[in-house]
Parts: sequence; C-alpha cells; structure tokens
Amino acid sequence: MSLIENYSGPALSISGLGKVYDNGFVALKDVNLQVNQGDFFALLGPNGAGKSTTLGIVSGLVNKTQGKVSLLGLDLDGDIYAAKRLLGVVPQEFNFNQFEKVRDIVVTQAGYYGIEKKEAGVRADKYLKALGLWDKRDVPSRMLSGGMKRRLMIARALVHGPKVLILDEPTAGVDIELRQSMWLYLQKLNEEEGVTIILTTHYLEEAESLCKNIAIINHGEIVKNTSTKELLQELHTQTLVVDLIQAYPVRPDLKALTVTWVDDSCFEVEVNKGTAINELFEVFNDAEISVSSIRPKSNRLETLFVDLVRK
Amino acid sequence: MLAFIAMHRIAFMTILMKEIRRFMRIWQQTLLPPAITMTLYFIIFGSLIGSRIGEMSGISYMSFIMPGLIMMSVINNAYSNVSSSFFSNKFQRSVEELLVAPLPNSVILTGFVFGGVARGLMTGIIVTMVALFFTDVTVFNFWILSSVVLLSSILFSLAGFINALYANKFDDVSIVPTFLLTPLSYLGGVFFSTDLLPSHWQIVSQFNPILYMVNGFRYGMLGVSDVSLATCYTILISLILILFFISMRLLNRGKGIRP
Repeated sequence: MSLIENYSGPALSISGLGKVYDNGFVALKDVNLQVNQGDFFALLGPNGAGKSTTLGIVSGLVNKTQGKVSLLGLDLDGDIYAAKRLLGVVPQEFNFNQFEKVRDIVVTQAGYYGIEKKEAGVRADKYLKALGLWDKRDVPSRMLSGGMKRRLMIARALVHGPKVLILDEPTAGVDIELRQSMWLYLQKLNEEEGVTIILTTHYLEEAESLCKNIAIINHGEIVKNTSTKELLQELHTQTLVVDLIQAYPVRPDLKALTVTWVDDSCFEVEVNKGTAINELFEVFNDAEISVSSIRPKSNRLETLFVDLVRK
Repeated sequence: MLAFIAMHRIAFMTILMKEIRRFMRIWQQTLLPPAITMTLYFIIFGSLIGSRIGEMSGISYMSFIMPGLIMMSVINNAYSNVSSSFFSNKFQRSVEELLVAPLPNSVILTGFVFGGVARGLMTGIIVTMVALFFTDVTVFNFWILSSVVLLSSILFSLAGFINALYANKFDDVSIVPTFLLTPLSYLGGVFFSTDLLPSHWQIVSQFNPILYMVNGFRYGMLGVSDVSLATCYTILISLILILFFISMRLLNRGKGIRP
C-alpha cells in the first residue's frame, strides 16, 4: 500500500484493450483510456457499445483478449490481488444472494478481502447507516426495494475502502429522489475521501452535471475522451424553445433567426454558440412579441452524444 | 507474506462459514432428508429384509450395510452441497462477489470443497446416530475410518464443483447424482459383498471408485473389506489430485463464470 500512497499517475490506465467473445462477437477493438486520480468520470455509449465489457475486464469479471489494464500503477496481469484491493465494483445487475441478510452480505464481502469479522462488522454498520439501510440490516436482501438493493451494492463495494469505485449504470430504474441522494453521496465520497469514481449511465444530464471528464465509446472504440467542459464547447449550435404569452396565427417577422414554429404560441430557435441572449430579445422586441419562457430543447450532452455515436 | 496468508485464511474461513450457514439455514432440505431416507433403508433393508438374509462377510446384514449407507449419505451430500451452492452462486450472479475480490482461485475452490466436506461429515454423523437405533456402531480403526470419510467427501465435493462449473441450468446439477452417483453407490458394495457377483462383474465393479470408499470405510468400522486398503487410498488420493487440477484449470480459464 505504501507504493500506492506515493503514486501520482492515473487511477486507471487502459491500453490496446480488445475483447472477442467465444461466439465471435468483437466487443472491444482497441480501447485506450486514462482516468486520473480523484476524477469523477463517465464512460458513455449506446447499448452494446462495450461499456460493460470494458468495466467487466477492469473488475475481473470478463477475460480480456488483448491489451493492458493497470489500476493506480498496478498491472492487472502481474499484481492482480493488490490491484483488486483498490477497486470497488457496483454492477448493473443485482448480484447478491437474495436469501442472505443485508448485513451478512456486506460483512461476508469484507471477509473476502481478508478483513477480520469484528472490523468487517464495524465497517458494514458504517456504510449501512450512511446509505440509509441500517433499519433493514437483518432483512433478507430479496425484501428490499430496487433502490435499496442498489444502495446495498454500493455499501458492499465500499466496505474494503477502495480507492477507485466503478459503477455500471447505478441509477437504472431508481426514482428521482433516490437517484439524487445517491449522487450526493458519491460526490461526497469523491470530494472528501478522494475516491476516483468511474460510472456508466444512460442519464446524460447526470454525466453533464456530475462528471469532470467523459469518454464516449461506440462499436468497441473510444470515439471521444475529454473534459465535460471541452466536450460541451464542441457544440456549435443549440436549440431553444420559446413560449409566447399570446398566440400568433399570423407569424411575426423574426428577421435572420432560424425559427421553426411548433404552434401559434411556441417556436424553436437555433442559435450559434456564443450568441448573447440579449440579441434574441432585441429581435423579439422589434417583432413586438412577448415571451413567457425560454428553455433549451434538449440536454446539450445528449445532442453531442447522438452526433458522435451516429458517425 | 504472513499478512498475505492471514488474509487468505480469513477469506477461506468466510467462504466456509457462509457455506455452513447456508446448509444449516435450509436444514429441512439438506440435513433432514438423508436422516429420513436412511431410517427407511435401515428399516426395510436392515430389519425386514436383512433378518431373512442372515450374515454377509461373517457379520449381520444390518451391520454390513451400515457403513455403506453412511458413506453413501456422505458422498451424495458432499457432492450436492457444492454443485447446488456454487451453481446457485452462478445463477444469482453472486459468484461475482468472489471474482471481484482479491481471491486466488485455490481459496475459492478449497472454501467450497470444505463446505461440502462439512455437510458430508455432518450428514455422516446424523446417519450414524440414526443407525444407533438399529444396531451397535463399532469402530475398528478410527484413523482409517475418519481418513476415508474425509478423503471421500473431498473427492465428491471436487466432482460437485466441476459439475457446477459446467452446469447451465438447475437440471444439469441433478443429472450426475441421478444417473451416475446413485447407480455407482448401489453397485459399489453398499448392500452386498462383491464376492457374490459373477467373476466378470467382479472385474467390472473394480472400476467403480465408490466400491473402494465403501469398503475402506467398512474396514474402519468393522475390520472387513473386499478390497485392499492400499488400493483404496491410492485411488482416493489419485482421483482427488486429478479433480483438483481439473477444477483449477477450469477456474483459471473462467469456465462457466467469466466470459
């Protein structure tokens, strides 16, 4: 562990990673990726793009066909046990024994990491309390709601004190309130304890608001790997939805704006990146129309994501 | 190095205790059935039919079948504990808990195998207690008795583990006990001495590994056996080594658990 404390390189380094399944399906072609220590990182991609395979290889759940993976400088081929101690994994599917009690699941997992039962109990209690599962500690896991099961998997993944936490679609099927509280907890973990967080999600607005860096994978290849800020700057235009106070059966002249009317009291306007919103209102004032609200048509990252994966 | 060993010892004990907790939690499915089945065997074959058979190898029929029945329970329970538990872990994907942890495959294997051994031995004790209601239980040589039962339960736990690695559905873990283990047990000298078989069937029966286990155990209890002890131990140890290496090879390749 002392080696890790002085290590300042990337938390996760993947080079030339390839995976061909037994049925011949090429899941990963040549994945190269680096995630810095302390990062809150999103790996995005459509279904079947290779996200889960990539994270499965890093977690030890999938055999790789080729390439190198290292965690905090420890090569997964050479230092597999030391590397696994640094990693916590929250998979996409529920993968615990449905008949075991909640606390037993967490304590048992700590045992697999060589943690004595007494210490394992203390740690399990800490995470069950932090994740709001303390009242359910003696309940068989099958009795938990979907959101609670997700939190149980997070508690289980944290019990050995990992430096890197991988979450594969942790908010799938989780209601909004619970999703937000889960994100708050993970943000705290990232900011206060310095845990590097790598996640996949289909909720792109979450990736946009939470993650510092984003990689997009498609057809087994990384098609984009940059900071969230830089990624969003690549957007040249965005579409705004403008709601009007009154209906305009006769369309007013909006000069040079690219406008598409949705109905008599609502239109969409496409604006270039860097356009001051005041300029829009000058045009609206000249046309003598009263605006009641203005909002982006869709999530900005979603627009980029769709562009990139369609290429 | 010592810390490394200590961590793996804890991991091994964690798997073992989890396995013991599992079969104790569902004792109605794991420990009760062999007690009931063996009670019926003792009543029907030992008391009712056995009284008409008289002696076998110079001892009463009830005493003759007792070691075989105990061994049959040990073998079946060691096997089915590991095959059903590990397959259930695969089915529920909780095997991933083991795969993400820093566990050498040898620790995973020995943890499950000794879980099977624990259930085999516990069943053996229960069936022995049942037998006490029907006949006297004697111990001719404790060390032979305990070593044969231990090695046999290790061997069949390993076989159960390999079965679980290959199994894709629950039916696959019941095929081997139904179509292989039960016939081999019945033909393995549990109910008769191989001396009663025609000479060519005596030769065929020598290829049945259960024959050696039943006879080794019978020797430990009664001091009589159809086979030599040296052959019994050689076969047991050789098969354990072969199945251990097969299991490790399959685990290292990720057979059935890691695509």
